Amino acid sequence: MATQTMAPPPTTQTSLKTQLRRAERRRKLNAFLLVAPLALFLLVIFVFPIGSMLWRSVDNSELSQALPQTAQLLSAWDGQQPPSEAFYASLAQELKSALANGNIGSLGRRLTYEDPTLRTLVTQTIRKLPDTPETTWQQTFSTLNPRWAELSTWQALKKAAPTTTDRYLLASLDLERNAQGEITAVAPEKQVYIDVFLRTLAIAGAVTLICLIMGFPLAYLLATLPTGTSNLLMIFVLLPFWTSLLVRTAAWIVLLQSGGMVNTSLMGLGFISQPLELVFNRVGVLIAMVHILLPFMVLPLYSVMKGISPHYQRAAISLGAHPFKAFWQVYAPQTLAGVGAGTILVFIMALGYYITPALLGGPSDQMVSYYVAYYTNTTNNWGMAAALGSLLLIITLVLYMLYQRLVNQQTPNRR
Amino acid sequence: MQSHPADPLVRFTGVQKTYDGEHLVVRDLNLSIGRGEFVTLLGPSGSGKTTCLMMLAGFEVPTQGDIYLGTQRLNTLPPYQRNIGMVFQNYALFPHMTVEENLLYPLKTRKMPKDQAKAKVERILDMIQLTKYAKRRPQQLSGGQQQRVALARALVFEPQLVLMDEPLGALDKQLREHMQMEIRHLHEQLGLTVVFVTHDQDEALTMSNRVAVFNDGVIQQIDSPQNLYEYPANAFVAQFIGENNTLPAKVISRDQTIYRLEFGQNQVSGAYNADTLATQEAVLFSIRPERVRIGKMAQTLPNQFSTVVQELVYLGDHVRLRCEFAGNTNFNIKVPVSELTTPIQPQDHIMMGWHDQDARALKQLPQ
Ligand SMILES: Nc1ncnc2c1ncn2[C@@H]1O[C@H](COP(=O)(O)OP(=O)(O)O)[C@@H](O)[C@H]1O
Ligand SMILES: [Mg+2]
Repeated sequence: MATQTMAPPPTTQTSLKTQLRRAERRRKLNAFLLVAPLALFLLVIFVFPIGSMLWRSVDNSELSQALPQTAQLLSAWDGQQPPSEAFYASLAQELKSALANGNIGSLGRRLTYEDPTLRTLVTQTIRKLPDTPETTWQQTFSTLNPRWAELSTWQALKKAAPTTTDRYLLASLDLERNAQGEITAVAPEKQVYIDVFLRTLAIAGAVTLICLIMGFPLAYLLATLPTGTSNLLMIFVLLPFWTSLLVRTAAWIVLLQSGGMVNTSLMGLGFISQPLELVFNRVGVLIAMVHILLPFMVLPLYSVMKGISPHYQRAAISLGAHPFKAFWQVYAPQTLAGVGAGTILVFIMALGYYITPALLGGPSDQMVSYYVAYYTNTTNNWGMAAALGSLLLIITLVLYMLYQRLVNQQTPNRR
Repeated sequence: MQSHPADPLVRFTGVQKTYDGEHLVVRDLNLSIGRGEFVTLLGPSGSGKTTCLMMLAGFEVPTQGDIYLGTQRLNTLPPYQRNIGMVFQNYALFPHMTVEENLLYPLKTRKMPKDQAKAKVERILDMIQLTKYAKRRPQQLSGGQQQRVALARALVFEPQLVLMDEPLGALDKQLREHMQMEIRHLHEQLGLTVVFVTHDQDEALTMSNRVAVFNDGVIQQIDSPQNLYEYPANAFVAQFIGENNTLPAKVISRDQTIYRLEFGQNQVSGAYNADTLATQEAVLFSIRPERVRIGKMAQTLPNQFSTVVQELVYLGDHVRLRCEFAGNTNFNIKVPVSELTTPIQPQDHIMMGWHDQDARALKQLPQ
């Protein structure tokens, strides 16, 4: 008996290993099944749309899809020689099939970005294009519209021929490629997006700063009050979440407009004689955005502050520090993690704001998202919308990485 | 009852404290602590020890009464000007500073020149043998090391008084005993005045010159460890410090400091009390388990009784007998193994006895 238990035969050992492996496998499968719905959800909702947005910002497939063979010819062409008969023949054939396949719309839209008159040229040509050429297709095209004999028309087509392009990304930075293919700044009167990006960063930065200045003392109060009172106050902090963003934004219009409650009360109390301009300008945007984003600053601050023992400040005071000094030298540095988390959260959320500035701001308060919405909803220019969105994403990621590096420098590496 | 040191550094006079305006957490506290003394506040949790310490440190304000440090009245002096070192229960070492920066902090607040402060910190790091760890953060140290840093931080600015609120509570037994000795040695070497708070009676007895036993906001007794153990002032102190067998009893007669008490079924024993007790007064008869002798050792003693052994526990150096006596089923006797000549079984009838001077007649606690 005793010897049996002490020295099991080797076969038992291997079977033990297999058993263990089987058990492990089952556990892993269970774990996988548990996260599978979320993973799938993230894939569908997050990874796929962002990937497709990034792709859209460089996607240039309109011409190569509508006119595949012509696109090949154009790509191989040096852009200086007059195009040969093969170009015209292939264009004639593919324009007809594109018309049949319903690809003309997107092609036309894409061509307007190169030259606004190109769309008309193409649609007019299609309508009049005969089934067979009288002499050559080149001749036929040129008679239909002399512009087909011009090199510049084909050069514009060539620009739209590759399957990818950087024109949208360049345009989002107020840049373009000139005739020689070099990157240059667009004409000063056409420069908008750099301004828009700077404005977006400025508004997000201002909102973050105001949220921090207002949220820090509030979070401190919540963290130091007795639990009952602080829970009650916490409900007030979270109250804004109970109504929709749109309703709250609309409510601010009512409150802040020149005949609104804020102005009438201030005038009634005699603080001002003229109504203040509080809405449809930067002030309104800031007020409403701070109101909406403040909880996102307070919550991480609160959770960090809640974990800081009041003994630290007492210790500092007992060591001879004035309470004010004790707060700044001992308490505040320990809240840095919360400050960082709240700041980055509010800033990133503010970067993407759209409805609030659209409803409460003036024309010069619109942020990047406004233009994204404009390009998707109004002009159907998915390339520009995606390029602006991608740049915003890149800026966000860069800032986040900077923040991470800052945090890593400050926290000690624990052994 | 409260002894007064010749050269008091700290004086509480008639101090009261209430947090809610209804319940007094500290009642009429009068306490003097001499220069160089090690005084421990001992008492169950919630008895007001921390509150006393906090009033001394300046984080709580007495509702009534005065506290003096030397000749200075403390009531209106803000805590950061009191020059009192304090060791907190969870050390409260600043987590975002290194050990060295933690130790420099009190010197910086005092605007001590940099090189002088550095030298001081080096000296104290050497004293607590943590020079190697100067650049580490507190959370990278073990509990015992953190404790030593906390201690060093409270001492480095040479305060006139050091307060410690259950500083060893978070350490395991062995480390705690080691630190008790270290703190004792520091106290002797540096001539510190220490007010120490604990709920652990062994800790209080090993470390202190005097112990103040707290209960319900009142000092029950303040005395040297030996006197507390040998001459507890009342039933609470007797129960709280060490182990005690108690029986409700009645005073029959008195012969100077020895009273004759009656308990159980007309059983009578002598018991000591230095104070005056009235005849017929209801008191507690009390005797420590190690003062009860049995068998042959009991035969010559003035107070002899028969009892029934209920349970017997062998504890290496001694044997513990749980007996039933005069209605108390939890009457314990500690017998050194060397004195246990005849084997004893549960349900055996044995003889036990004690000297008059070993038993106490204790005033009952006011209800
Ligand atoms: N800040 C406070 N506010 C209200 N009540 C308190 C406060 N601190 C302590 N108490 C109460 O005072 C009593 C004594 O507490 P304390 O001095 O901490 O006792 P100990 O340190 O002896 O355990 C307890 O009943 C406790 O609940
Ligand atoms: Mg306490």
